Amino acid sequence: MRIGRLPARKARILAVRYVGAGIVTLLFLFPVYWLFMISFKTPDEIYHVPPLWIPGQIQFSNYYVLFKDGDVLAILNSLIVAGVSSGVAIVLGTLCAYSLARFGTGGENLAMWIISQRMIPPIAVVFPIFLIYVYFGLVDGYFGLILLYTAFNLPYVIWMMRGYIVDVPLELEESALVDGLNRWEVIWKVVFPMVRPGLMATSVFTFVFAWNDFLFALVLTRTEVITFPVMLTHYFGGQSNFWAKIAAMSVLGTLPIFVAVSVMQRYLVRGISLGAVKG
Amino acid sequence: MTLSASLNAAEQRRPSRFGRMLEERLPYLIVAPAILILLLVGLFPLIYSLIVSFQRITMTENDTSLVGLLNYSELFRDTRLWASLGHTAIITAIALPLELLVGFLMAQLFIDRMPGRQIFVALLVLPTVISPIVAGATWRLMFDVRFGPIGQILSFFAGEPVRILWTVNPAYVYPAIIICEVWQWSPFMFLLLLAALSNVDQSQLEAAEIDGASYLRVLRAIVLPAIAPVIAVACLIRGLDLVRIFDIIWALTEGGPGSMTETVSLYTYVQGFSQFETSYTAAISFLVIALLTVITTLVLKRMELAR
Repeated sequence: MRIGRLPARKARILAVRYVGAGIVTLLFLFPVYWLFMISFKTPDEIYHVPPLWIPGQIQFSNYYVLFKDGDVLAILNSLIVAGVSSGVAIVLGTLCAYSLARFGTGGENLAMWIISQRMIPPIAVVFPIFLIYVYFGLVDGYFGLILLYTAFNLPYVIWMMRGYIVDVPLELEESALVDGLNRWEVIWKVVFPMVRPGLMATSVFTFVFAWNDFLFALVLTRTEVITFPVMLTHYFGGQSNFWAKIAAMSVLGTLPIFVAVSVMQRYLVRGISLGAVKG
Repeated sequence: MTLSASLNAAEQRRPSRFGRMLEERLPYLIVAPAILILLLVGLFPLIYSLIVSFQRITMTENDTSLVGLLNYSELFRDTRLWASLGHTAIITAIALPLELLVGFLMAQLFIDRMPGRQIFVALLVLPTVISPIVAGATWRLMFDVRFGPIGQILSFFAGEPVRILWTVNPAYVYPAIIICEVWQWSPFMFLLLLAALSNVDQSQLEAAEIDGASYLRVLRAIVLPAIAPVIAVACLIRGLDLVRIFDIIWALTEGGPGSMTETVSLYTYVQGFSQFETSYTAAISFLVIALLTVITTLVLKRMELAR
């Protein structure tokens, strides 16, 4: 009798949990759905009262307009700026992290100073940086923005990669050194393959941080290298928001992130907790 | 022939003097570029701005004579600045515990294994990784009084038309901001807490269950102490983010109505980039940095004590 009832009880609990999970997921994904759906609506459907929950037919004219007007250049700018800056930050940051992890360069103090650089609020540094950039003519150019995002991401890369490198067994490196490899070869042939997954994950996160940034881009771009979040705010305007453009641009700016993060699912927890939680 | 070949090989094996020097200095050589960039972009502007904060530069005049602490003493008389600090504190004080609570409840729901859990988790992460400006824009569409679904849903449940100007009505702007904020960042808490809860010692939980301990007692005696370090880290990361909140508010209310939802980041932006109060903005920046440094140090100290 009891044996027969237990699985039924378990099944009921499981069913309740699935219902709960479904409701929570629906609640959290509904805004995302709404955004995507608006991007496929025609203007008549967008400005329909009461709001329509399902577009009449999927059509891409909202995206076509972005391409026709050249607004997608903002996406391209974001790609260039986020791509190059995270590439540079990854190379320089990983090397620095190796030195910190293996030679203890600068001791704990240097490591703490580096991570404290990440804690500084952007609004407090963006203004002085703006003043300096105006002086050197770096405003509204690729170089200035790339330099800034590189610096912004470096503490994160160094901090994360130090953690991943510390996890590599020291004996592996020592035996490679005994076998006659020099340090560069050890880094390239022994350490790099071991930390490659962590390196990939860290790259994705640095890319996402630079891609999503709004404040720096708002201050340091004018007309030439506008990134997609800044472009998005150009569509806001009192009562006459260009909803179709807002939705389509948001989707274009969000899809790459979704893809990148889905691929990196396994490293997500460690990545967003600054390495504090190893998931 | 063989001799010279092996000599050659030996020659190649032995690092040159330049190579040896590279190898000896390597720890510093590979640290240098990163530190240089950090100093260049992090420290150099700060020093420059410290000097500016003691001068009197505005949009109209470029007065570089030193005026001492004048700008800093003005900070204390600036009611709009203190109001913006208050707004920031309110948003942080409400949003942070809410995110933690919602994240914890979500983690509780998904802690036991069930088929398809990974898919749910992967989907629930999405709000956290999208750009905050996109999150703000999305909720602006959601909240719209005529074309958004929120009013429609509320009207459905109320049985009569509900017309709330979420991003304009003083009574609703804060709830709007906090809903958006909690929506975006509860999944962050959820992910970290789920990982922390999975690491709680199962044997202890089973022992407690056999002893017939109540859920609340198990939570207080076993679960919370085990996940406390993760909660601390999560709150520190999110707390620092909330104190500098800018994007979501920019997209939702732009600090309005009036300056009702103006946070300290928005106020600094307005002073620096629409009023062009150069020297004064520099002084605000340093006030913010000083405040955050004090708070962070205190929190870190307490976390160390708790350990």
